[in-house]
Amino acid sequence: MATVTIRDLHKRYAEGFHAVRGISLDIADGEFLVLVGPSGCGKSTTLRMVAGLEDVTSGTIRIGDRVVNDVAPGDRDIAMVFQNYALYPHLSVRENMAFGLKMRGTPRADIDRRVADAAAALSIEHLLARRPRELSGGQRQRVALGRAIVREPKVFLFDEPLSNLDAKLRVQMRAELARLHRRLGTTVIYVTHDQVEALTLGDRIVLMNHGTIQQVDAPLAIYRRPANRFVASFIGSPTMNLFSGMIRDGVFVVADEAARLPLGAEASGLTAGPAVLGIRPEDLVTEPNAVPFTTAEIEVAEQMGHETLAHVSVGGSSHVVRVPGDRAACPGDRLSLGVRPGGVHLFAADDEGRRLN
Amino acid sequence: MKEPLRITLLRHAVLLLFVAISIYPVLNVVSISLRPGDRLRSTDLAIIPPDWTFASYRALFTEQPFLRWLGNSLVVSGAVTATGVALASTAGYAFSRFRFIGRKATMLAILTTQMFPATMLLLPLYVLIAKLGLVDTWVGLMIFYTATALPFCVWQMKGFYDTIPASLEEAARIDGCSRAQAFWHVVLPLATPGLVITALFSFMTAWSEYIVAAQVMQDESMFTLPLGIKGFQASLSSQWGLYAAASILVSIPVVAVFLAFSRYLVNGLTVGSVKE
Repeated sequence: MATVTIRDLHKRYAEGFHAVRGISLDIADGEFLVLVGPSGCGKSTTLRMVAGLEDVTSGTIRIGDRVVNDVAPGDRDIAMVFQNYALYPHLSVRENMAFGLKMRGTPRADIDRRVADAAAALSIEHLLARRPRELSGGQRQRVALGRAIVREPKVFLFDEPLSNLDAKLRVQMRAELARLHRRLGTTVIYVTHDQVEALTLGDRIVLMNHGTIQQVDAPLAIYRRPANRFVASFIGSPTMNLFSGMIRDGVFVVADEAARLPLGAEASGLTAGPAVLGIRPEDLVTEPNAVPFTTAEIEVAEQMGHETLAHVSVGGSSHVVRVPGDRAACPGDRLSLGVRPGGVHLFAADDEGRRLN
Repeated sequence: MKEPLRITLLRHAVLLLFVAISIYPVLNVVSISLRPGDRLRSTDLAIIPPDWTFASYRALFTEQPFLRWLGNSLVVSGAVTATGVALASTAGYAFSRFRFIGRKATMLAILTTQMFPATMLLLPLYVLIAKLGLVDTWVGLMIFYTATALPFCVWQMKGFYDTIPASLEEAARIDGCSRAQAFWHVVLPLATPGLVITALFSFMTAWSEYIVAAQVMQDESMFTLPLGIKGFQASLSSQWGLYAAASILVSIPVVAVFLAFSRYLVNGLTVGSVKE
């Protein structure tokens, strides 16, 4: 087990594309860190630099006390699980799992024991003699995991390991990964574009965009206090409702005066002027104790069973309200909407969109 | 949907016709090789003539330097196959995996050599080999054959490596392999069908070639099989029995090589390795 320390890391490709722009991270021993962001944000490139599969343009990567910038991938004491599994097709499951140990000259008895242990932990003992082509997607992913854990590395690197699985299997494997991490306690760096995976698996989340870090924090902290508009709109499903408008005399006025929200204590320290108001769908409510905001008509109602996602139009743009499943919500109904106390997020109206309150 | 019977019959009739057209010449050669003397034309339709004999085959081994030619051919073809596979497998890998200055230009240059007919290259290559003092040597012929077979093989191997996902090598490197070890332990085993095609192509290029060999090899003891066999065909009296018997014997190694390698000529070795 080991810490991973990244300092001012840059990646610039030969053709000039600047994929990673000076990121710094301290990953604690045994931490489950999730790198999340839209495609092309630099998360996979960062992971591949930690793995040694991409050269570092500038900056340093340390695993434990050792700077690994110029260390071959095989000598970094890491294991990686690829999105496409990358199992060796000409080898059996047992040989796939043993390959890394064999390359390192581990004694035969030791290899057999470790492969058997890992196979038992992942319930794939019955598959050991098979070839990868004879396995289902979920089984292949288990084998890929097994190949990583037999190595007992200092750090696990996961590159979108669940994105090729179907939805049901993904939920199952997600729980299994969490269990595995709790049992092994190894440091994990996990790349995903799926915010649900990020929120459910990570001890901390690193949200990236355009090669830079937008926010690093615990999942709920990121959810509750997004550092900027990008984070606010990326994390959460359905995404946070964003209203453009003005702060005027302690009141947020949505563009075209479509709605008004008294900011109360949230307004302290804010200067009047253009801003963006963010409200999560669950904070936009019809409860009487909420701060009154606006009334709107339901355009579309998506019934999920435990809740209904009501799409309403405010100020010419569409927004989502979570209505409890036991309440009727039909298209055409008018909702008088309020905002739950503490549900107000204010962001600057410029491109950066940093948090104001 | 089930096909009507007459369509099935018609289809099989057409197929049988083509089979007959393909194997008639071979059967005819077999027949000639079994006839006593040099009876090329015969009114007899029997494939195995009533007075059949192995005399021509016996004569090849006892009266003619057939074994010597066979040895020459095997040495040259074997060496061309080995160098072809070794060079094409590594060059193709470099073209497939690395991006270096001049990559495209080199690949195009290699392809361009394939656009000239071999006879056009005959003179310059002969001058080259003569200046190197390699006339009447195995090495001279090997250089010639390797040079003509390699361009196709390099392209072929490059195309094959392109289908092997790079993530397999990355996984191997993380598992502790160097680049060379990843190539040896992971890429090469998966490229077996490509290597087999390269080997077959190199072998065939050398085994049945006549024109180049006729220039490079002037001493009868250095003849390869095609050259030796051609010697049976003279302007006044051709030894058709020997000619036919030798032709049959020459084709046996080729058929054997094909049969031995055919089980590797299957696609889809990488099935199941990665999810596309």
